[in-house]
Amino acid sequence: MSTQVSSSSPRTLFDKVWSNHIVRPQTPDTPAVLYIDLHLVHEVTSPQAFSVLRERGLKVRRPDRTMATMDHSTPTTPRNAEGIIPVTDAMASAQLDVMRKNCADFGIPLYDLGTAKQGIVHVIGPEQGFTQPGMTIVCGDSHTSTHGAFGALAFGIGTSEVSHVLATQCLLQNRPQTMAVRVDGRLHAGVTAKDIILAIIAKIGVGGGTGYVFEYMGEAIRALSMEGRMTICNMSIEGGARAGMVAPDDITFNYVAGRPAAPKGADWDQAVAAWRTLPTDEGATFDNEVVLDANTLTPMITYGTNPGMGMAINANVPDPDKLSDVSQKMALDKALKYMALQPGQKLLGKPVDVVFIGSCTNSRITDLREAAKFIQGRKVADNVRVMVVPGSQLVKVQAEAEGLDKIFREAGAEWREAGCSMCIAMNGDQLQPGQYAVSTSNRNFEGRQGKGGRTFLASPLTAAATAVTGVITDPREMVN
Amino acid sequence: MVPLPNNDIDTDQIIPARYLKVTDKNGLGAACFSDWRYNSDGSPKPEFPLNQPQYQGAAVLIGGHNFGCGSSREHAPWALVGAGFKAVVSTYFADIFNGNALKNGLLPIVVDAETHQQLISLSSEDPNAEVSVNLEDQTLTLPDGRAVKFPVDPFSRYCLLNGVDQLGFLFGLDSTINQYEQANPARVMTSA
Repeated sequence: MSTQVSSSSPRTLFDKVWSNHIVRPQTPDTPAVLYIDLHLVHEVTSPQAFSVLRERGLKVRRPDRTMATMDHSTPTTPRNAEGIIPVTDAMASAQLDVMRKNCADFGIPLYDLGTAKQGIVHVIGPEQGFTQPGMTIVCGDSHTSTHGAFGALAFGIGTSEVSHVLATQCLLQNRPQTMAVRVDGRLHAGVTAKDIILAIIAKIGVGGGTGYVFEYMGEAIRALSMEGRMTICNMSIEGGARAGMVAPDDITFNYVAGRPAAPKGADWDQAVAAWRTLPTDEGATFDNEVVLDANTLTPMITYGTNPGMGMAINANVPDPDKLSDVSQKMALDKALKYMALQPGQKLLGKPVDVVFIGSCTNSRITDLREAAKFIQGRKVADNVRVMVVPGSQLVKVQAEAEGLDKIFREAGAEWREAGCSMCIAMNGDQLQPGQYAVSTSNRNFEGRQGKGGRTFLASPLTAAATAVTGVITDPREMVN
Repeated sequence: MVPLPNNDIDTDQIIPARYLKVTDKNGLGAACFSDWRYNSDGSPKPEFPLNQPQYQGAAVLIGGHNFGCGSSREHAPWALVGAGFKAVVSTYFADIFNGNALKNGLLPIVVDAETHQQLISLSSEDPNAEVSVNLEDQTLTLPDGRAVKFPVDPFSRYCLLNGVDQLGFLFGLDSTINQYEQANPARVMTSA
C-alpha cells in the first residue's frame, strides 16, 4: 500500500509528516523506520521496557526527547499536612518508585507526583509546548492520538515499542491508510467537540478506523479551540484509528506560542513558516472518507459497553431484535444486560450515582470552565457523587486562580488532585459494582471505571447538567 | 480451540487495569479475562469457556470481530500467552494489539467471515476439534483438511521464524539514525 509520491504531487498532512520522519524507507521485506521526535513515558507501560534496556546494557538514546510523568496509578486524594499526596496502595507505590529510579538512572526528566507540572501525560505535553505541529509523538498509551490536534503524527505503542524508542528513538512501522473525517457546518449551543467525536464513532463503529490515520477537517473542526480538537483526536483510537490529525492553523500557533518549550524569536517565525506548509494540499486524495453535518448534531451519550454504542441524548436505547447481524445482536444483548437497560428505554431522566469530570479527553481548563459556568449558582443533586479532576497541576492552579474550584466545592462537588482518576480506576477512584456514572472520559468498556460499574460517556456540559439534576439531562434544556 | 465469539473484545476485558500495577510480565495469565472468568468472590464462573474442562489446554482462541481494541497495554498479549494461547483467530484485529501480539509470539490470524463462522461452530460443537497453524506457509488447516491462507506482516513473520528481535534490528541501523539526526536537528528539548 506504500505508494511513491513525487514531491510535486498533492500530499496530505499525514503524507508530509510521515515522509519527513523516514529514516529508512519501507521495503517489501521490512517496515519503514520512522524517527520519533517526542517520547512520553508513564509509570504503567514503561517498567518492562526499561528492564529490556538494563538486560542488554543499553542507554536511552535521546533522553532530551523523552519526558516522563505519573498519572495512571496515582491517587487524586488531598495532600497531607506536608503537602504530599499519600500513596496507600503498595503496588502502585512500588511502581512509582520504579519510575523514579528509571528516570534517574537513564537521565529522563520526570514530572513527579504532586510536583508543579505533573499531570496526565496528554495534558502536560501540549501544556509545556512539547507538542508541536509536524512532529512524531509516541507514548505507551492509546490516547496519544490526542497530540494529533496540533498536526502531529501521534499514536499509542506497546511496551516492546517503548523499549525500541528508548533505545533507538525509532519505530518500525508499516504505512497506514488515510481517512478524511469531514465535519461540515456549525455546532448548535449546548453541542460540543465531545459530541462530534461520539457521533463519529457511533457512525463508523469502534473498528471503523482500523488501519487508518484520520484527518479531521471541515468548518466545524476549524471553529474548535485546541482543547476541542484535542478531545476529538483523543478518541480517534475509540474509532479504531491509531492516530487522528488536524491541520495546524492560527488557533494552533496561538496555543503553542509562549509555552515553555515553544520556539522563541527568530526560531518561532521559522517554525511557523514551516508549519504553514503542513496542511493537506488541494487535490490530495485519501483512501477513505466519512462526512458529518454539525448542524444536525445533538448532545450525545453512550448506552452500551463500547464507545461506538452511542446515540443522541434524547433517543431511545436500540433494540437488539431489530439487528439482522447475529454477532451485532449478541453484542448489543450482552451490553444492555451489563448496563441493565431495556431496548426502547429513554436515558433522559435516568438517575446516576456518580458524575466524573476529568480524563485526558476532557480535563483541560476550557472543559472545567464550561462545567463550572453551568454549575455556578446551582447545587449538585443529593443522590450524586460529583468528582472534578483537573488534568494537570497547572490546570488545577489555573482553575483555582479563576475560582472554579470554589464553584465546584460550593455546589457540593469534589475538587481533586490531577491524574487519570476514574477513567482507568487503578488508583483508588472507582465505581462500585452496579453503579451508574455519567463520565467525560473515553471508554465505557465493562468494568473500565471499576468492576461492575456502568458508564455513560458524555460531554462536560451533559455531565454538569446531570450533576445538578441527578438524572441524565440534556444540557440544552437547562441553558438560561 | 476455545470459542469466545464476542465482537470488539477490548484489552480491558483481556486484562483489567487493576492488574497493571506490576513491573514485570509474569503471572498475568491467571488474571486473563478476569472479570468474565471469575465471580466477585474469586470462584470461577462455570459457564465461561476458559473455565470449562473440555477447553483446558487450548492454544488457539477464536475471538469475535475487531479483537483487541482499546488500550495499548501489552499486558494483553502477555496475559493471553500466560494463559497458554499461541494464536488468536478473528476477522480483524485492532492495530496496536496486532503489533503487540506479534512481538510476543502470539499469532493474530485473520480469516474470512465464512471460515471464522466455521471455526466458531467447530470449536463450540467439538471441544476436541483441532486446527494446525503453519507460519512458514501462512496456512491454517481445519479438521476437514482445508488449508486457509492467512496474511502476516512479512517482517514479523521473518522475526518469529528466525528468532530475530526487532530491537536488535533497529539497533543495527545506528549510523543511518545518526545521519537522520544530523540532518534533522531537534526543535523540542525536554530537558531544556
